[in-house]
Amino acid sequence: MIRFTVNGTERTYDGDPEMPLLWYLRDIAGFTGTKFGCGMSLCGACTVHQNGEAVRSCSVAMKELEGTSITTIEGISATGLHPVQKAWMEIKVPQCGYCQTGQIMQAIAFLRQNHNPSDQQIDEAMSGNLCRCGTYQRIRAAIHQAAKEMA
Amino acid sequence: MNNIQNVSRRGFLKGAVAAGTFVLGARLVPEPLWADILNDAPDLFQPGIFLSIASDGTITIVAHRSEMGCGSRTALPLVVADELDADWSKVKIDQAIGDAKYGDQDTDGSHSVRSFFDQMRQVGATGRVMLITAAARKWRVAEKECTTEPGFVVHKASARKLSYGELSAAAAKLRVPRKEDVPLKSRSEWRYIGKDNALFDLPDIVTGKATFGMDAKMPGMVYASIEHPPVLGQKIKSYDDKAALKVRGVKQTLTIETFKPPHHFQPLGGVAVIADDTWAAFQGRKALKVNWDTSPNAVYNSDQFRKTLESTARQPGKVVRNVGDVDAEFAKGGKIIEAEFYAPHLAHASMEPPVAVAEYRDGKVLAWAPTQSPQAVQETIASVLGVKKEDVTCHVTLLGGAFGRKSKPDQVAEAAVLSKQLGKPVKVVWTREDDIQFDFFHSVAAMYMKAAVGPDGKPTAWLQRTAYPPIGSTFDVNAKYADDEMGLGWNNLPFDIPNHRAENGPADAHVRIGWLRSVANIYHAFAIHSFADELANAANKDSVQYLLELIGPPRIVPLKAEPDEQEEQKRYPLDTARLRRVVEMVAEKSGWGKSPSGKGHGFGVAAHRAFLTYVATVVEVEVDEKGQVQIPNVWTAVDTGTVVAPDNVRNQIEGAANFGASLALLSEITVTNGVVNQSNFNDYELVRMNSAPKHTSVYIVESDAPPAGVGEPGVPPFAPAFYNAIHAATGKRIREMPLSKTQLV
Repeated sequence: MIRFTVNGTERTYDGDPEMPLLWYLRDIAGFTGTKFGCGMSLCGACTVHQNGEAVRSCSVAMKELEGTSITTIEGISATGLHPVQKAWMEIKVPQCGYCQTGQIMQAIAFLRQNHNPSDQQIDEAMSGNLCRCGTYQRIRAAIHQAAKEMA
Repeated sequence: MNNIQNVSRRGFLKGAVAAGTFVLGARLVPEPLWADILNDAPDLFQPGIFLSIASDGTITIVAHRSEMGCGSRTALPLVVADELDADWSKVKIDQAIGDAKYGDQDTDGSHSVRSFFDQMRQVGATGRVMLITAAARKWRVAEKECTTEPGFVVHKASARKLSYGELSAAAAKLRVPRKEDVPLKSRSEWRYIGKDNALFDLPDIVTGKATFGMDAKMPGMVYASIEHPPVLGQKIKSYDDKAALKVRGVKQTLTIETFKPPHHFQPLGGVAVIADDTWAAFQGRKALKVNWDTSPNAVYNSDQFRKTLESTARQPGKVVRNVGDVDAEFAKGGKIIEAEFYAPHLAHASMEPPVAVAEYRDGKVLAWAPTQSPQAVQETIASVLGVKKEDVTCHVTLLGGAFGRKSKPDQVAEAAVLSKQLGKPVKVVWTREDDIQFDFFHSVAAMYMKAAVGPDGKPTAWLQRTAYPPIGSTFDVNAKYADDEMGLGWNNLPFDIPNHRAENGPADAHVRIGWLRSVANIYHAFAIHSFADELANAANKDSVQYLLELIGPPRIVPLKAEPDEQEEQKRYPLDTARLRRVVEMVAEKSGWGKSPSGKGHGFGVAAHRAFLTYVATVVEVEVDEKGQVQIPNVWTAVDTGTVVAPDNVRNQIEGAANFGASLALLSEITVTNGVVNQSNFNDYELVRMNSAPKHTSVYIVESDAPPAGVGEPGVPPFAPAFYNAIHAATGKRIREMPLSKTQLV
């Protein structure tokens, strides 16, 4: 039996210990804001937080969750929007939107480490997250704006 | 003929909406009283939409086009809301199911807004007139004394107003006014059209609540992952599922028959692993052992095929446009310049892989899918399962990207086929590897270019030949010529050259070929605008000046139009004044010519008209001593006629620069013995934030011309502008896509 929390709620799991967190979240727990894109940590669409750090949920096995806390896009803000989500709306970042929850989760974790990032630091931090629609320039602008708001 | 009617008055939607709700439909067919229209004009374009206003003031507008990120699910309802004078914050959008009554729902070819703009205006304006009539009767005043403000009819003289909700029951009883009695707003009266509006789904997207195909569910559904034949057309010889069935969560395996050619949008065939969750289905599949039969497509090797295509492109082909006599001009001798270009297969790789949920029950099918074409879902499932099209209900989710891939609903048909065998709903999930290996690929292409150049450096003759497996091969095994792709930047060269001939050579298809964002424009524009720049260099002229000389004086370019293209050509003539304007605009905005090219720093330009939109792009590159390339800036000027959502247009054109950068720099699909060599984002590479253009600037030409396409036209000029910049920076002429095939140092 593996014990952990998702968005603050305690959970237990006794299924296949090799199942990636992604599929537990999507198919079993019903947190579908976390997306499947590649299954190999190549695209970042499945990014969630484990103990506050960004991880690719497609590559974290359930057996690695014992005692950890997981946050998904659904749990990022109990009251309204996180400043990063607000910036995403103001800059009107999304096109299709599929990768954007992963982008937002990556950006939130990054901004906890770096409160005033340069363009280059943002590019490095975000280059694991693909966007096929091509919203990279808006993502960068939204991260700058969120950093300002959070300062 | 008036073609909008008050369907609630006639009980058309009886039972579908609450009594008293005011529902307005446009060209709702089939409908008995409309039979005369259908008979009079069987080819009548019959898109449909309706809006309803409930007594609480809620306005519901049906979006009948799919949303894959291009914004039409917002833009078209916005047009209705504007003419209706609705309060946009009270508008709900209902996504239409697939139904022929809506007319064309295939959301491709960048035509949602341009095809439905006028009609959506008419729908909204008709509703507004009827609400005014209802209010005027209630107040016993003249209609012309009444006006509207968002959500209300107002009688200024008596300072009275009634909300649309209060008026909806009365309006529902009215006769629909004739089209000529419905005034449209003047452009200056638009509240929403042309203003910066956010996507309707934006709040749901940033909070993870938006429902994509991947998120669709049905009660009691099981999950399926399908081992497809590695080579197109292979059948199962035998298979061993013992190990697969031992995987925890795996329930059983099933087979899907391999299609009979032409493949159309039929399932590829294969062995499906059915499981309790997606992961178990994936794991079970890894444990499968399948022996495949042979297929004639196993002969396909893209490296060898390249030579065949290049050789075809050097030979005379089918003439698709002829002006003057290029042969006579070439025979005169003088300076001749030739060049060849090659572009590889590409995969769409939308971030959401193909996925669908379907349930077969009692001869009927219910599906939820991220599809660009819900009617194609109906048709495909009907044909594969032998049910009636009307018995297939297809709900459309949001699409996590599509780029043309999701016009083809093979994975939805797979879900339906499996559900019929299982007797319960099935969710089919493609892996990224499935997506990249079993795509409807953007075609490989070879182009041969030849020009005779006069003493002034301008071409006196220009011959262009292209050869590639056509999209038509999807529907016809004998298709060899790309007749349908010629209008995509090949039979409509907008240059002022006295002798010009465009040709197309034959080619066979051995993988599924499909349309990918901007389609054949990609390699056509690559060859034409790389060659134009090559001629500019040969003439020792500035690239922008030379391009303007090639385009020549402002004029309408005379083009042949098939009967079904004549209306469009009349409305959207190829106007070189508009093409010149975007070139001049992008040159000015980019500061063209102010910073010299050379020594690893360069600027390139290209201008192309696609999907009736004029786009000019300037790309700036920096190439370091190791040959590493950076793109500090991309400037794009776009004339797309009337714009509904300007910020969305900017976003699309910015996105097109990134999409263009992926294919120009990195992406390539190759095939060995019929098997695709790439499988995920490690070997099918796309630009990331650190390799994408740093800055993308978009300039929209103010225009009151009819709206044109937006989703695709930004893509074609990027690659040639980028390669021209590489040439300016390094002196290397790029003749093959992507750039990673060429050593720069």
